Amino acid sequence: MKPSVSPWFASPTLAASPRSARCWPLAAALVLAAAVLGTLGLGVGSTGIEPVWAMLADPIAAQIVWDIRAPRTLGAWAAGALLGLAGAVAQGLFRNPLADPFLLGSAAGASLTVALALAALGVSPFAATWIVRLGLTGAAFLGAVAAVLLTLALARGVQHTLRLLLAGVVVGMVLGALTSLVTLLVPDVLQAMQAFLLGSTGFVGWSACAIMMAVGTVCIGAAWALARVLDGLTLGEATAQSLGLPLAPLRLALVAVIALATGTAVTQTGLIAFVGLAAPHLVRTLVKVTHGWLVALASLMGGLLLMVADLLARGLVAPQEIPVGVLTAVLGGGYLLWLMHRRTG
Amino acid sequence: MTTALHPIPTDAAVLALAAQRLRVELGPARSRRRVLDGVDVAIRAGCWTSIVGPNGAGKSTLLRALAGLLPVQGRVSLLGHPLADWPHRQRARTLAWLAQGGAVDAGADDLTVYDVAMLGRLPHRGWLAPPSLADHAAVEAALRQTQAWEWRERAFGTLSGGERQRVLLARLLAVQASVLLMDEPLANLDPPHQADWVALVRALVAQGSTVVSVLHDLTIALQADELLIVAAGAVRYHGMCAARQTQQALEAVFDQRVRVVGSDVGLVVVPDVSSTPPGSLSSGTTSWNPS
Repeated sequence: MKPSVSPWFASPTLAASPRSARCWPLAAALVLAAAVLGTLGLGVGSTGIEPVWAMLADPIAAQIVWDIRAPRTLGAWAAGALLGLAGAVAQGLFRNPLADPFLLGSAAGASLTVALALAALGVSPFAATWIVRLGLTGAAFLGAVAAVLLTLALARGVQHTLRLLLAGVVVGMVLGALTSLVTLLVPDVLQAMQAFLLGSTGFVGWSACAIMMAVGTVCIGAAWALARVLDGLTLGEATAQSLGLPLAPLRLALVAVIALATGTAVTQTGLIAFVGLAAPHLVRTLVKVTHGWLVALASLMGGLLLMVADLLARGLVAPQEIPVGVLTAVLGGGYLLWLMHRRTG
Repeated sequence: MTTALHPIPTDAAVLALAAQRLRVELGPARSRRRVLDGVDVAIRAGCWTSIVGPNGAGKSTLLRALAGLLPVQGRVSLLGHPLADWPHRQRARTLAWLAQGGAVDAGADDLTVYDVAMLGRLPHRGWLAPPSLADHAAVEAALRQTQAWEWRERAFGTLSGGERQRVLLARLLAVQASVLLMDEPLANLDPPHQADWVALVRALVAQGSTVVSVLHDLTIALQADELLIVAAGAVRYHGMCAARQTQQALEAVFDQRVRVVGSDVGLVVVPDVSSTPPGSLSSGTTSWNPS
């Protein structure tokens, strides 16, 4: 080693500067874009598009903005952030760039319990009272968590990533088949189920927002604390183990983060496709980062993506509304195709 | 380093790693394959030991078992203490292991060369602590030693196979462990960098480190202090590389199809192309003979 200390590593803060110089502006841009679009979004609704400050002058319009559009817009951002976070953690944990936060079966579990609840209660989620709505929300969350636990049980723990992945696929398929069976036996629930399967941000209230923000804060903190495990795993499991990382408990913690984040998002907004898959990829095309930054930026990116999708869903064919899950599927699918051709072409 | 917490008994002080009746079985429950069977090894501290042997002999498995990365039967000890008794992080600071042929994921492609080398500092860093000055210094020294410092800002995914191998080697050096286990460290390296690697290992050993390397290049393997010859899941021979007996054992384990010859640059191992392959192939060659 040279005796003279180069200024590049003389200061730890400077040492990190080339990356921070790109990450902080990106994070700020994502937050700013979400804030601007969110504010604009308050003026988008079934009555067309009008400036939000004009609406606030009218008490009834102001109530619509405050009680419906504001929580919905913030909720879309929060759900997207949860999915983006879960996607970044899942892709790091499964060491697969195509891993999806729903891989552990949470989506299938939530669908099944919602189908069962609808069959039992016989109501549509779009015409539900608060009590029933709360019942559906609880059922979805229980289903999501139960499915992840089932996947863990079938994989006999988290020692083998591939076994975990395959168990998740099996749970997804079996629970999906059971859901189909329920809808076949009780055809009345079909339409209501469809709304859940397509995903919607239309029913997010302030309480849902609060839940998602609280869970999101916990999950981001946990994911950030576990980010260096994900970094270590990029060198392979054996190398990560040789670096002194106790993999089994850490993997369990990462699975818990994925399950909690997706379970909460699915519960409030239904099955929203591709946000969790696309958000980390979009971040990676913009900056090359370690997982500590990736989990934070992927959350912000996921939030922005779903918020934009929600705005388009409301505004494109107003006064009608497109289910937001349809939009994310079309946009996300298109993006993924483009990514695939760019990589192989 | 570790001696402060784990005083090494004097009788074990000369041994960096030891294994007794080591048995390793791999594969799914129904088709378990015994890869190592009753292996006894003693690796001297402060010396470079090369592990060689035919394909599938169990060389990499032995290295993984010594690194504590596999469930094993039998006893493995590091610096005189059972491997299982070492706390995770302290063991990781003492013993560093390099994976075969630079096996990494696509996920590492997004990390910079500097990030990858910094992963070697994980055992030294507090759970949420940012890298310290000592961490940065260790990473810089390691990257300079493998001549990878110039690319520190580059994404790992943009490097060639040989360049990656040098970065991964720097990751290993950044641990600053006293016992270094390397599986095929020369994979993808061109001859000048292979020579650099040998010089690096010599320097490490001169500083008191212990190096154990699995090597396919037998000429380079013979540059080590000791040679450990493995075949069919057992240790066939363990001796000084300079001893003629060791060289004969090496020729024997490869069915006399390699020759150790002296040259003005030292010992060279060459495949013996004139010898006939053993077994069914040799009878096949006679049928080509018109006589």
